[in-house]
Amino acid sequence: MAALRQIAFYGKGGIGKSTTSQNTLAALAEMGQKILIVGCDPKADSTRLILHAKAQDTVLSLAAEAGSVEDLEIEDVLKVGYRDIRCVESGGPEPGVGCAGRGVITSINFLEENGAYDGVDYVSYDVLGDVVCGGFAMPIRENKAQEIYIVMSGEMMAMYAANNISKGILKYANSGGVRLGGLVCNERQTDKELELAEALAGKLGTKLIHFVPRDNIVQHAELRRMTVIEYAPDSKQAGEYRSLAEKVHNNAGNGTIPTPITMDELEDLLMDFGIMKKEDESVIGKTAAELVA
Amino acid sequence: MSLTVEENKALIEEVLKAYPEKTAKKRAKHLGTFEDGKPDCGVKSNIKSLPGVMTIRGCAYAGSKGVVWGPIKDMIHISHGPVGCGQYSWASRRNYYIGETGIDTFGTMQFTSDFQEKDIVFGGDKKLEKIIDEIEVLFPLNKGITVQSECPIGLIGDDIEAVSKKKAKEYEGKTIVPVRCEGFRGVSQSLGHHIANDAVRDWVFDKVDPNKNVFESSPYDVAIIGDYNIGGDAWSSRILLEEMGLRVIAQWSGDGTIAELENTPKAKLNVLHCYRSMNYISRHMEEKYGTPWVEYNFFGPTMIEKSLREIASHFDDTIKANAEVVIAKYRKLIDETIAKYKPRLQGKKVMLFVGGLRPRHVIGAYEDLGMEVVGTGYEFGHNDDYQRTTHYVKDGTLIYDDVTGYEFEKFVEKVQPDLVGSGIKEKYVFQKMGVPFRQMHSWDYSGPYHGYDGFAIFARDMDMAINSPVWSLTKAPWKKAA
Repeated sequence: MAALRQIAFYGKGGIGKSTTSQNTLAALAEMGQKILIVGCDPKADSTRLILHAKAQDTVLSLAAEAGSVEDLEIEDVLKVGYRDIRCVESGGPEPGVGCAGRGVITSINFLEENGAYDGVDYVSYDVLGDVVCGGFAMPIRENKAQEIYIVMSGEMMAMYAANNISKGILKYANSGGVRLGGLVCNERQTDKELELAEALAGKLGTKLIHFVPRDNIVQHAELRRMTVIEYAPDSKQAGEYRSLAEKVHNNAGNGTIPTPITMDELEDLLMDFGIMKKEDESVIGKTAAELVA
Repeated sequence: MSLTVEENKALIEEVLKAYPEKTAKKRAKHLGTFEDGKPDCGVKSNIKSLPGVMTIRGCAYAGSKGVVWGPIKDMIHISHGPVGCGQYSWASRRNYYIGETGIDTFGTMQFTSDFQEKDIVFGGDKKLEKIIDEIEVLFPLNKGITVQSECPIGLIGDDIEAVSKKKAKEYEGKTIVPVRCEGFRGVSQSLGHHIANDAVRDWVFDKVDPNKNVFESSPYDVAIIGDYNIGGDAWSSRILLEEMGLRVIAQWSGDGTIAELENTPKAKLNVLHCYRSMNYISRHMEEKYGTPWVEYNFFGPTMIEKSLREIASHFDDTIKANAEVVIAKYRKLIDETIAKYKPRLQGKKVMLFVGGLRPRHVIGAYEDLGMEVVGTGYEFGHNDDYQRTTHYVKDGTLIYDDVTGYEFEKFVEKVQPDLVGSGIKEKYVFQKMGVPFRQMHSWDYSGPYHGYDGFAIFARDMDMAINSPVWSLTKAPWKKAA
């Protein structure tokens, strides 16, 4: 058996991380890979397309019920879905209380200690939008995810987030050996999106491994809580995800240490592509009335 | 004799050599010599300790739970967070009190919310509510509850204020005090004192229902502020005030109660012993209620006499006359004590390193016994402490703020005092160096040291430490006698 591949999908909130990751992983499962998904978002929606479920019982909610995480058995938290993909959701507190970051750490430790990773080819972490604190960086620390795939689009904030995530990877790259596997552009149909994504990938010292075109069939599948791979296996979009899955698989655990850029460089990039106009310094801090005068 | 200013300088320089350049530069500002006529001791203070050194300091939680709030005996103080902070500080201060423990007083009991992973992840507010409910069932005679925050409470953003308000309402106006004394706040326990003082202001004074408070004043009401009744200190102080004809209406906070705190704004005078830990609330009472405050010192007869007269000066002639009667009454005890111990202690050199008020306040007591304090420093003092210290120390006294383990050892090695007075962490280091030692936080399980009665005990204890025959046996037998 090949060595365990630990991968993670990061990206701005709402970019389609969970959709992209579940479709890609479903395609990997089709290829015969044994897969474990670890959802690391308190919303616990990283496995719904695989399980056809609204939200699965999470490690942390079950632990809270049982008293402590030590009282849980792995069977309690592990659900099996499409093509035997194993699914775990870390879960976390409701918004505004407690510490979700600590929840991620607690869950991952529990999963490792209880052998959740035994006998799988891939562990995939699906992490919430921003690496807001140390807890959400847990999956990229030592002995965790080795390859990070950043899901992004041609939108300014998505690119900004991709750059920020690269900074997080860089921080742990030397101590833990985490690498950037590449960018995945989830098409938003912004101007010159492909070129921009490729240019950003170049700046970050990585490559755009796949450009996933926008297709409404994804929405149709989502409404049925299914991946496109399962809902419409013969569709063009399913082919796109298979192609992405193959690229991830063929990447064979390799990646680069990212070279994140400054905010100014990022803005320059947008200006080069004509997305952003040069800043007019004379209008900054002026009210509407002042500008008329 | 103490060292000269020049000798001190050389000593400090020598000690600083052990540090990396940056550390040496920073520590240099905390080490100095008192020179006559200067307004302070020439050292910086209340600054973050440096990484890598052994500091003697505590944290904000220690300042609030351990010092200010903990001794309030009829309240239950919850160490809110993981179990360690409460467990390892459990009953570690000798705040004596009277009462039935577990019935109407709770001083030596430990209450903790014992946070688990799930409390961190999901927040601990619900658990706190449950603990308060359980306390009400198990200990129905408690007069109030404080929530002493440990670090995680501040990190995960629990709303302990909302819980306190909700539960106070549910239990019909019960005093429930949330204290934001998370250990990571500030540079030492000092900020914890301040936070705890502010919590008294906001959650006790501001919540007292004037219609319910039936306290009847007298013209001679005083409150003892900043005496934690270590080994009974507040009691041996209280009797002197009472013998003067004053009525002590509150003890803050040794052997104190919530009712005493509530009544204190009606005092005619607040007498303040530990300035560092309770000057904040004293100033507040002066501003808001017009209650004047005066600092006093009940260590050793010279300072006691001075303090008794100073306190009496705030009252009428009867009290002033009574002060003289009290001073005269104890003269015999003091004369006998001094006659017995001074010849045995005369000329002995002392180095101190303690917290609060003691680095300056106990100097007079040593001097009454013919001893000399040649070095002193504060764990968590501020500049106003060092200014006040100038009234006590002699020219050439070595001053070390937030001294590190290494510095203290080297200073003692070089100065070779006859006695070191500091804490439990220092005790065995110096005793193994062959230097007599007394713990000056806990009075080494003795006390009280305050008041005239306390002075007699203090004198006996210092003699016992210094003149113990054991010190003649510390020389290795294979070394030739000097």
